[in-house]
Formats: sequence, structure tokens, C-alpha cells
Amino acid sequence: MESLYEALANLDGFIYPNEIALNWDLLIVMYPYITGLVAGAFILASLNRVFDIKALKPTYEISLLTALAFMLVATMPLITHLGQPLRFYEMLITPHLTSAMAIFGFVYLWYLMVVLLLEIWFDYRYDMVIWSQQKKGFMKFFYKALTLWISDTSPESRKTDEKFGYFITVIGIPSAFLLHGYVGFIFGSIKANPWWSTVMMPVIFLFSAMVSGIALVMFIYMAINYLRRKKTDIFCLDTIAKYLFYILILDFTLESLDQIHRIYEADESFDILKILVRGKLFFTFFIMQIGIGTLIPITTLGVLQFKKPRERTRKILYLIISIFVLVGIFFMRWNVVIGGQLFSKSFYGFTSYKVNLIGGTDVSLSLLWFIVPFFILAFLIWLLPPWKKFVEKTN
Amino acid sequence: MPLQVKRLLLAFAVFIAIMLVLKYFLTPDSWREYGAYRGKALTEISGKEAKYVEMETCAECHDTIAGLKTQGLHVSVQCEICHGPGYKHADDPDNNDLEIPRERQFCLRCHTKNMASPQDIIKQIDAVEHNEGEECITCHNPHQPWL
Amino acid sequence: MAINKENYTRRDFIKNSGMIAGGVVLVSLLNPFKLVFATKKPVGIGKWYGVGIDIEKCIGCGSCARACKIENEVPNEPFFFRNWVEQYTIMNDGQIKVSSPNGGIDGFKQPVPDENIYKTFFVPKMCNHCAKSPCTQVCPVGASFESPEGLALVDQSYCIGCGYCVQACPYGCRYIDPQKGVVDKCTLCYHRLEKGLNPACMMACPTGARIYGDLNDKESALSLFVKENNCAVLKPQLNTGSKLFYNALSQEVH
Ligand code: HEC
Ligand code: HEC
Ligand code: HEC
Ligand code: HEC
Repeated sequence: MESLYEALANLDGFIYPNEIALNWDLLIVMYPYITGLVAGAFILASLNRVFDIKALKPTYEISLLTALAFMLVATMPLITHLGQPLRFYEMLITPHLTSAMAIFGFVYLWYLMVVLLLEIWFDYRYDMVIWSQQKKGFMKFFYKALTLWISDTSPESRKTDEKFGYFITVIGIPSAFLLHGYVGFIFGSIKANPWWSTVMMPVIFLFSAMVSGIALVMFIYMAINYLRRKKTDIFCLDTIAKYLFYILILDFTLESLDQIHRIYEADESFDILKILVRGKLFFTFFIMQIGIGTLIPITTLGVLQFKKPRERTRKILYLIISIFVLVGIFFMRWNVVIGGQLFSKSFYGFTSYKVNLIGGTDVSLSLLWFIVPFFILAFLIWLLPPWKKFVEKTN
Repeated sequence: MPLQVKRLLLAFAVFIAIMLVLKYFLTPDSWREYGAYRGKALTEISGKEAKYVEMETCAECHDTIAGLKTQGLHVSVQCEICHGPGYKHADDPDNNDLEIPRERQFCLRCHTKNMASPQDIIKQIDAVEHNEGEECITCHNPHQPWL
Repeated sequence: MAINKENYTRRDFIKNSGMIAGGVVLVSLLNPFKLVFATKKPVGIGKWYGVGIDIEKCIGCGSCARACKIENEVPNEPFFFRNWVEQYTIMNDGQIKVSSPNGGIDGFKQPVPDENIYKTFFVPKMCNHCAKSPCTQVCPVGASFESPEGLALVDQSYCIGCGYCVQACPYGCRYIDPQKGVVDKCTLCYHRLEKGLNPACMMACPTGARIYGDLNDKESALSLFVKENNCAVLKPQLNTGSKLFYNALSQEVH
């Protein structure tokens, strides 16, 4: 409540009284951020499989497991943000079909259960059977349960795995698009808010999701190799970086297109949005999102496409870029979610939002939901180590 | 059909069945009575107690004041604007006193000079100058301003 | 990875995409655009409530906002309102000043000296009870709904408090109750209407600047008000089907 009084004292112009309180805080920034990481990581895995890009092979399982780890907590920011978190189940029991948010539960379940879990399951089924034969006690039982008590290791069964796995990857790509484009739609369909309401929103969300997911996998891949004291496959990194570069360009183009359209059209909301972007969002928009998150990575990656410095330098650059991109996309979500609530729908003024770094529940919860996936990932990698997979014979 | 697929289909069937059972038991009973919401919510909302009882109720006991007010210019000003919500008082007047706003500031809420207030709808006075320092009710009867 | 993909996947893929696409088309054929708006206006039956506000009669006393807070137990802090009053001041140099200190409950002060004022007026605001309400449209669980009488209501024992409707309301008429953790908004005092009383804000208005009525009844006070005056709704470009009609609304008001 004190922060509200502070916001009231620092009002800028006029704002509807109910708008002083920002309803969607940092947790809702985390929600599209995390979902975006899921979709992006998955799309990187699909690139490898569907388009058969061999160089990406070392990251295939890692990206799938990363996607799963983040997917498992993707709903948590949303749920913990609810005023009545225990009523969350209502969204699945009595979904209100005209609401974009109600469909979230189903899109989520579809993506988690049908796409991610199945793809990982088909990919690992054979290995899990082998592991269940090697392990003892509880772990044996655990792996057996994971295989749904199928111990078939015949070549035909592996072919079936391969076939269905591939098929699910193919379904998975539109599903990943759906998952994140849909998150964009949650914002893009709010006609009351001119900062959100644009048809480009799902597309922009989608491409920024790919950017962030690819950067995350790049980062995790390097981190895992560092922790395992293994040499990182620089060829693989170069390839990831190449795709990151392309998609960054696409993402940047789309976002610029959206802004240019907004600036040129200059409709009734333009004046207030101009003040918003130049004022309250200056740091997060121009410096963090555009500067650190987009322009620096694009130029560096662009240069790296033509001039290849030593391997070590490249690795360090990739590491820095992946972090920059992750930070930049975080601020992109910030600018959308928080930025969209900073100005009044009366177009006459602004409220303010200060993150409570110490003691704010939104901050601690957001951090929690960002850190937990890494622990889940560690567990998943321990449970399903990609490097212990049975190496396939190529025929 | 390969074994894996059969097992998976089974697993999904179990999952969907559980969801359907949950849906059956967790859907509230008056759901979809009128639309995609709980029909009972309507009666719940309309069942709330009203706090402002309106002038006719006050007039049952305070008929002189009510009569006075109807003849004056404050006829359109409801008793409860000045005295606060009367649902408790009307039930049990001895134990629930209403507020009686005697201070100048109170009348000035409506009568201060402000260009935004339409002059033909309400007479406005200068908040400071109009008989400074005296309570308005020493000269004006709140129930009938010109008495 | 070298099983011959050409043979089945493409076919499967096409078949499945075809099925999905077909399904979508089928569903939309069965139900064309019905999903888009949450309610449909009942034609000629029952009541269909709307509200009229005569800006020329509003004296800015804030009695409506105060009565509303008390009647509906709205939290006392100045961040939660079911209805409030705004003061617009347009200065001679074209500058527009808007203010609503504590929703107008404590009265207004005119910050601008009279000689600089071009025009100034009060605008009472409340829920528009839109016929195509964007807020009930987005409620994920059906806790925000439009009653058969055309009032946008909230089922507080079912609301999950996601705040999506707060974002979707173009008029800023909803807030999250910090104690209950659910959304709250104007009900046009549904509980009073059902008891034959006027909504608290209408009862409290000393000048009769607010009226409500049945839009289906062409002889009702509201229908006549809309017919006889030059009425406008807020943000008509958003096509919310607003049923809050203002007489003498200036174009500066958003
Ligand atoms: C059931 C009859 C009854 C009704 C209905 C009623 N009153 Fe009263 N009222 C009384 C009585 C009896 C007293 C004197 C009690 C006392 O002095 O404590 C009183 C006293 C008052 C007083 C003076 C309190 C004081 O502290 O001296 C006010 C003001 C008042 N009423 C206002 C109202 C208003 C406004 C209403 C309508 C909402 C209303 N009353 C309805 C019976 C009623
Ligand atoms: C404009 C504001 C206003 C309105 C409207 C108003 N009152 Fe009062 N009322 C007052 C004030 C101020 C006093 C205190 C008068 C005094 O102390 O001389 C008062 C006093 C009273 C008293 C106590 C009388 C006494 O002599 O102690 C009663 C009873 C009362 N009002 C009833 C009513 C009723 C019933 C109505 C509606 C018909 C009503 N009032 C409307 C302002 C108002
Ligand atoms: C809720 C708003 C409100 C409050 C509070 C209020 N009044 Fe009034 N007053 C009005 C209205 C409305 C009129 C009627 C004006 C008309 O019809 O011309 C009026 C009329 C008057 C008039 C007659 C003006 C004329 O037309 O000659 C006087 C005097 C007056 N009020 C005094 C008071 C006093 C004294 C108080 C404090 C006890 C008070 N008022 C409180 C709203 C209010
Ligand atoms: C000393 C007695 C006295 C006091 C105290 C007093 N008034 Fe008056 N008031 C008068 C007289 C006499 C008039 C009629 C002559 C005039 O217009 O000044 C009047 C006129 C008015 C009018 C009508 C003005 C008009 O333009 O017709 C209003 C409204 C009014 N008073 C409100 C109030 C309010 C509100 C207060 C308290 C802040 C108050 N008065 C205090 C004696 C008083």
C-alpha cells in the first residue's frame, strides 16, 4: 500500500484512479519470458531434427530437456500472481471460451503432454529400457515406470520410436508457434491498450521467443561443457550463432516494422506512447532492449559471420552475446507488460512502478521461478544424460 | 499398432478420463443456467444488504423534518447524503446515532465557488468570504435553507 | 536417423494437418463468430439496463462516489473506485488539465485562475455496462459475466484474481480488491435494484445528473433522455457497445 501512495504522490498528469495500482507486475513479465524460452529451445531442437542440421546434434537433447525444465514451471508465475491461486483449476474445469487466457491451460497441456513429453519419451525410450536393465533397486523401477513397462528393444520398435518422434517434431513446430504466438495474442488482443493491441504482437513474441530460447540453449550448452570439463564443439556453436543471427535480424525487422507503423500512423494514442517510450521506458527500451539485447548482438554476430577470430575469443563472445540476448529479451517482455500499464488509458498521464528489490514478493517469486528450472534441468540431465545415450548406428 | 503407441494411448485415455471426472465433480451446480457463469451468483449479488434506505423510510419517523425539507430548496438532497447510511438507524434508532455534519466544510462540498459547477444548477458562495467564521447552520436551516 | 522419411511422414503430415484444419473449419462453421462476444442482447424481453449522465447538471460534490464506497464496502484507499468524478479544465492556451483527487470524494479545487479557463466541467465516471463488454469477454473462468439484464457483474466467489479483465477494460472501471484478492466493479447496485431502490450513486446525486433505466422500454426515463439529448458514449471507436450515455460530452473526455 505504501508503494501505491508513493505512486500517487508521483503521478504524472491524470490517470484513472483505479489505474494507479499496476496489476501485472514482475511475475507477469516472467511468464511470457519463460514460455518464450520453452518455445525457442524447442524450435532449436526441431531445426536439428526436421531440417536435419547435423551440426546441431550435440544440442538436440539439451534443448529438449531445457524446454521441458522451463515448461514445468511456465505456469507458476501466472498461478502465484493470482489473487486466488487455489482457484486456478477453474480455468481447466470451466474454461470461458471467449477468453484468450482460458485456452492457455489447454495449449499448455497439449504442448507439455503431447509434444514435449512424447518427443523426449520416444527419443529416450530405448535408452531408458537399457538403463532399467543396468540399474538396481528404486532406479530400476523408476526407469521401468518411465518406459511404461515396455522392454522392447527390437529394431522395429526403435524404428517406430524414430518414426513417431519425427512425426511429433513436425507437429511440435506449429505447436511451439502456437504456444508462444498465443501468449502474444493474450496481449495483442486487448483493444483497450494501444501499446499492446497490434496484430504483430504474436509474431513478435514468437520471434523474440526463438531468439531467447536459442541464446539460452547456447548458454546452457557452454555451461554444461564447462561443468563437465569437456570441450565445446565450436562448429556446433558457430551454427547456433548463425541461426541466432538470422532470427535476431528477423525479430528486429518485425519489431521495427511494428514501431515504424505505429510512428507513421500516429493514431490517437501516439502522443502518449511517444512520451512513454522517451521517458519512462527510455532505459529499458533503448538501452536494454534495443542496445544491449539487439544491436550489439547483431553487429557482433554479423562480424563473426565474415571474420572468425580464434576459437577461445569466439567462445567468450558467444557467451557474452547469449547473456546479452537473454537480458535484452527480458527487457522486451518488461517493456510490453510493464510499459503497457504505465500510461493511462485516458491518454492524459502516467503512473509509476518501482521494483521492490528487497522484500518484494514479486521479485523473490520471479527469481525463484527463474532459478528452479535450472535445478529441474540438472535433475533431468542426471536422469537422462544425453551423453550416455546409446549411440546410433548410421546405415 | 506398435506397443508403445498402445501404451501411450492408454496413458492418455486414463489422463483424459481423470480430467473428465474432475470436470464433472468440480463444475459448480448452477453453471450455465443463463450463460457461462454460475447462475447462483445473481442471487448472491442481489442478496446483499442495502445500506442507504432512502427518504421515504426516514419520513416514517421524522415527518416534520421530511415535510420541512420537501418544501425547501434542499428537496432533492437526500437525508442520507448529509447524515450517512441509515439502515442500522432505521432498524434501531436508539442505539445507532447518525452523523450530524455541522461544520462549514461540509456544506462547502456542494456550495464552493468552482467554475466547473454549473451556476444555474447550484448557488455557489465564496468559501472564505461568505459570513466568515460562522457555521452555516446558524443562519441557514440545513433542512430548508431559507428559514 | 536414416529411415526413409519420404514415405510416410509427408503423407501423415499432410493428412494430419488436413484433419486439424478441417476440424477448425468445421467448428467455426458450426459456430460462426458466436464465440467472440460473451453475451447477446435479448430482443424485446426483460430489462436491458443502461445509464445516462447529464454533464451539465453535475456539480462535482462527489456524493455519488462517497455513497458508492459506503454502500458497496469499497476499500477506503484512494486507489479503488467503482465510480468517481473527474474535473476537466481546458485553458485558453489549449492545455487540458484533468484531476480526480480521491475520486472527487473530498470535493474539488480549481487549480487554474478563472481568467485562464476556456471551459471547465465535471465528468462522473462509472462502469459502462457495455453490451459487447471487453472485460467479460476475456474472463478465463466465467466469473465476470453479463447478467440477463445487461449488467456486467463479478462472481466474487469464483473469480481467480488474474486481473485480465482489469487490463481489458478501456475505462479503468475495475480494480483488484487487495483484501479479497478478487476483482470488483460497479454492479449498478444490483442488490438495490432488486429491492426496488435506486442505485446508491443515483440516490445520492443532489441534482439528478444521473439516471438509469430500461433501454428496451422506449418510454423509460433513460430512453427519453437518450432520445431528447445529444448523447455520446466514451471511446466509441472501440465498439464496446457502451450503455453509459453522456449528455453534452466534450470531445476532450477519454
Ligand atoms: C423507526 C423510526 C426512525 C426512522 C425510520 C429514522 N429515525 Fe432518525 N431517529 C429516530 C429516533 C427515535 C431518534 C432519536 C434517538 C436519539 O436521539 O438517540 C432519531 C434521531 C435521529 C437523528 C439525530 C441523532 C442525534 O444524534 O441526535 C438523526 C440525524 C436522524 N434520526 C436521522 C434519520 C435519517 C436520516 C433517517 C432515514 C435514513 C432516519 N433518521 C430514520 C427514529 C427514526
Ligand atoms: C443538507 C444536509 C442535510 C440534509 C439533506 C438533511 N439533514 Fe438533517 N441535519 C443536518 C444538519 C446540519 C443537522 C444539525 C442541525 C442542528 O444542529 O441544528 C441536522 C439535524 C437533523 C436531525 C436532528 C434534529 C435536531 O434538532 O437535533 C434530524 C432528526 C435530522 N436532521 C433528520 C433529517 C432527515 C429525516 C432528513 C431527510 C428528510 C434530513 N435530516 C436531511 C443536515 C441535513
Ligand atoms: C449534496 C450537496 C449539498 C449539500 C451538502 C448542501 N447543499 Fe445546499 N443546496 C444543494 C442543492 C442541490 C440546492 C438546490 C439549488 C437549486 O435548486 O437552486 C441547494 C440549495 C441551497 C440554498 C439555497 C440557494 C438558493 O437557491 O437560493 C442554500 C442557502 C443552501 N443550499 C445552503 C446549504 C447549507 C447551509 C448547507 C450545509 C448544511 C448545504 N446547503 C449543504 C446542495 C447541497
Ligand atoms: C450570518 C448568517 C450566514 C451564515 C453563517 C451563512 N450564510 Fe449563506 N447566506 C446568508 C444570507 C443573508 C444570504 C442571502 C444574501 C446573499 O446572497 O449573500 C445567504 C446566501 C447564501 C447562498 C445563496 C447565494 C446566492 O447566490 O443566492 C448560499 C448557497 C449560502 N448562503 C450558503 C451558505 C453556506 C454554505 C454557508 C456556510 C459556509 C453559509 N451560507 C453561511 C447568511 C448566512
